[in-house]
Amino acid sequence: MTRRADLLESLAAHTVILLAVCFSLYPILWVVSLAFSGATSLEPQVLPIPVEPTLEPMREVVGATRVEPDGGEIWLFGRQLANSLVVSTATALIGVSIAIPTAYAFARFEFVGRREGMRLLLATQMFPAVASAVPLFMILEALELLNTRTGLVLCYASTSVPFAVFQLRSAFEAIPEDLEEAAMVDGATRFEAFVRVVLPIARPAIAVTFLFAFMTAYNEFILAATLLDDERAFTLPVVLQRFIGEYDARWDLFAAGAIVVSLPVMLLFYQVQRHMVAGLGAGGVKG
Amino acid sequence: MTPADVLRSATVRFWPALVALALWLAASVAHAGEPIRLWHAYRGAEEQALDEILASFEGEVDLLAVPYDAFASKLESTVPLGEGPDVYIDAHERLGDFVERGIVAPLPFALSPEAYPDKVIAAVTIDGRPYAAPTSQKCLALYVNTALVAEPPASVERIAALADALPDGTFALAYEARGAYAHAAVLAAFGGALLDTAADDYAFEGPEAARSLEFVAALIEAGVVPEDADGALVTNLFGAGQAATAISGPWLAADLDRDQIAYVVVPLPTIEATGERMRPLLTVEAVMLSPRGAQNPAAVDLVEHLSGAEAAAIRARVARSVPARADLELPPDPLREAFAAQAELAEPTPSTAAMRAVWEPANRAIRKYLRGEVEAEVALAEARRRYDDLRRPPPPPASPTPALVVLGLLCLFGAGLLVHRARKLGPGAGLAALRQSLPAYRYVALGVVAVGVLVVLPILFGAGAALFAGKPHAMYYVGLANFTQILTARGGSLLATGSFYVVLAVTVLWTVVNVAFHLGIGVALGLVLSRPAMRLRGLYRVLLIVPWAVPSYVTALAWRGMFHRQFGAVTGLIHAINDLLGTSLEPIAWFSNFSTAFAANVATNVWLGFPFMMVVTLGALAAVPSDVLEAAEVDGASRWQRLTRITLPIVAPTMIPAVTLGAIWTFNMFNVVFLVSGGDPDGTTDILVSEAYRWAFTREAQYGYAAAYAVLIFLLLLITSRVADRLLNRGPK
Repeated sequence: MTRRADLLESLAAHTVILLAVCFSLYPILWVVSLAFSGATSLEPQVLPIPVEPTLEPMREVVGATRVEPDGGEIWLFGRQLANSLVVSTATALIGVSIAIPTAYAFARFEFVGRREGMRLLLATQMFPAVASAVPLFMILEALELLNTRTGLVLCYASTSVPFAVFQLRSAFEAIPEDLEEAAMVDGATRFEAFVRVVLPIARPAIAVTFLFAFMTAYNEFILAATLLDDERAFTLPVVLQRFIGEYDARWDLFAAGAIVVSLPVMLLFYQVQRHMVAGLGAGGVKG
Repeated sequence: MTPADVLRSATVRFWPALVALALWLAASVAHAGEPIRLWHAYRGAEEQALDEILASFEGEVDLLAVPYDAFASKLESTVPLGEGPDVYIDAHERLGDFVERGIVAPLPFALSPEAYPDKVIAAVTIDGRPYAAPTSQKCLALYVNTALVAEPPASVERIAALADALPDGTFALAYEARGAYAHAAVLAAFGGALLDTAADDYAFEGPEAARSLEFVAALIEAGVVPEDADGALVTNLFGAGQAATAISGPWLAADLDRDQIAYVVVPLPTIEATGERMRPLLTVEAVMLSPRGAQNPAAVDLVEHLSGAEAAAIRARVARSVPARADLELPPDPLREAFAAQAELAEPTPSTAAMRAVWEPANRAIRKYLRGEVEAEVALAEARRRYDDLRRPPPPPASPTPALVVLGLLCLFGAGLLVHRARKLGPGAGLAALRQSLPAYRYVALGVVAVGVLVVLPILFGAGAALFAGKPHAMYYVGLANFTQILTARGGSLLATGSFYVVLAVTVLWTVVNVAFHLGIGVALGLVLSRPAMRLRGLYRVLLIVPWAVPSYVTALAWRGMFHRQFGAVTGLIHAINDLLGTSLEPIAWFSNFSTAFAANVATNVWLGFPFMMVVTLGALAAVPSDVLEAAEVDGASRWQRLTRITLPIVAPTMIPAVTLGAIWTFNMFNVVFLVSGGDPDGTTDILVSEAYRWAFTREAQYGYAAAYAVLIFLLLLITSRVADRLLNRGPK
């Protein structure tokens, strides 16, 4: 009786999950099918199967080159992929490095302005970027960072800090304070205890925060399209955007590009997802 | 390995990488010897033609292909700061705007009346001065599939008569009927126009406009023209041989070369009902000089080179473009000649601010009427009201004195508050508290600087802009006028579509529904996945997270495609269900109704957002002590009791921050609304942030007005979160 109930329950559980998996994969399979289609189907299709399968769009996107003034040819797409990866990695490194000590202070110290600071961080998430984009340009101009990848990275990194601080603060709060105190009794300074004891324990949370910061930068295109002034400095989302003009949209190229763009993030997700559960839930212990 | 070792080795491995990274970033692409900077938005053959034209130019040119959507905003954000291009190629329609913003400089040379047709010169002339050197002309014309139609039909009625003889699923005429750009050609045949050029005033009204709409509706009704067609669909239909004729521009020909369709292009037909020809709008592409470029003789040379006869010949040969010049001998090309013949019959799109304000109201009126919701006159009258609303005079300048007084009082009050607090702590205690805070300040210093300069400062400036009106770079102080206008719905009805209160209600509904679904699905999946006996958990988790990993602008567009009434996958599903169950469900026109369009938006956003909640739930569930659950089971608590009395209460506090952030992000979720429904039908599914976006970027750049929206959004969220915070903290704790 109970075994049968267990079996039924297990079956129900798998059915629910499989339905959810279909829901989550279906639109993505459409993008994949579009990327490998040589023609557009004009009958509504249920299954995302490529029409006249071809690798042409993929070749066209990935194989993009550019002839330099000196006559040499560079692999433009490769350069742009590298841009995206480097800009996003730099963003994540800088964003997380800024957020770690800030979050630690919010988690462990009592200081004047602590409550206000946390509220301010939350408040920054409430203001729509529509109205703060133009002032941002003026500030970048004043700092002489307009049209540079450095400026782009700094913008992305700063924007990623508030959320990173929320994440890391709850992760740090979940770590028992006794551990640092023990280290400090053994003669370590507060900073040493933080670096040697707290950071290694918080690694899963840091990995997840890193991933979020990376994604903020990797998927952003409005700022990148407006800030960057050289094709060789473009990031991939800007390249994708070029495939859809006002009248003529090359959806096949857009889809092919979208797949290539998504692959690195998927890999990263795959790597980090084990930590993700621990990293996002760490705040739970302390509430 | 101890944790310290891990960290040390990680640092050692990281440093070289970090240094290399810094160097790479610092070496931003150098502009050696200051070549001339040229921007364009060309692709494909037109880009090739441009490359070939530049090959024969003496000076050095730094070429940048900008995404079409980013072109104008990129110019606007760089040129006024003395950055950006020296020379750029754009459509003449934008000149009016560019002149107002000081983005374009007058041409330093005259355009010879012998070389160009009068209307081409007129198109690039503003206040009597030529502002751009014309290169080519673009307009709509009629494509005829010669395999389906032997002789190009002379009138729209003859095209309609083809419909019966065509195979099933093939349309007699494919064109973007719901757009004002294509409709302008029909309207012209009825003797109407979108804009009265003489008075520079809105003209899409009156009996001609109504009749033109009724004519189109009849064509759609009879199945001659596909409903709800956008540019991509027209291309696809004609390219697949499923349209006997199509109204489209030169860009279609570029796509057809790949499809190997036999076709001819002819000027647009007449409409027998009026006996007049359809006349499309004409776009003159032209080379423009930024103010900085105008100072540079080499840049002026480049403009002459790009607009010269030799360049036109290359463009005609490589991209088959219709030259703007009239003084050329070109080899015969039926496609180019057909478009040239049509261009002669076309009228240049006015480049005034009035014309730019016509598009949105006209587009909405056409769609609303074609959906069959209202009579043509009603839709047109509504469009007129919208136009007047967009073109309302800006608020008058206000004296900044009251604001300064308020600011002064606030400062005084703040200082008083600080003093009061310090007093309460006792003498010297304030300083002592600050001194105690010093170690913490060392940790937060970097964060404060980064967030302060690049996040908080832009927000403060952005919020400040809400007190100003006028074009960017020429803004003046108006006090609270923007807020008064928003909160009084600009004198219109407070409950009309697009009024602040209605949009707010939609936004709140949007947020509540989305967060409910995110939480419901996320928690449910989290609970199922965390069952102790669950197999394949890791695999499932990865598959369910996928929507999160793909950029949202890609998947939002994929969802939009799935909801297409005629060709979307959802319609396919409905057909499949009909076939399977013998039912006769009708395909749904998702974006014609508020409820279905809203549902489509919600479906997309739920899909995007549930993985986050699921992962948060999984994390929170990991913290539920299993011994408590087991004890409860031993005590005879049912499964439901265990879930509601133990698991959920333990999980809830952990999830509150995630839910708060999720709600805030959803409230400001611009991408989905903009890309999936685009506000359709009729702007009813717009939320506050997409409304703000429209004011900032598509409606005459009323930047201060958009900023006021942003401030209101901010205040609403701030107050709500504070109230929620109070309520929650008064609870069990």
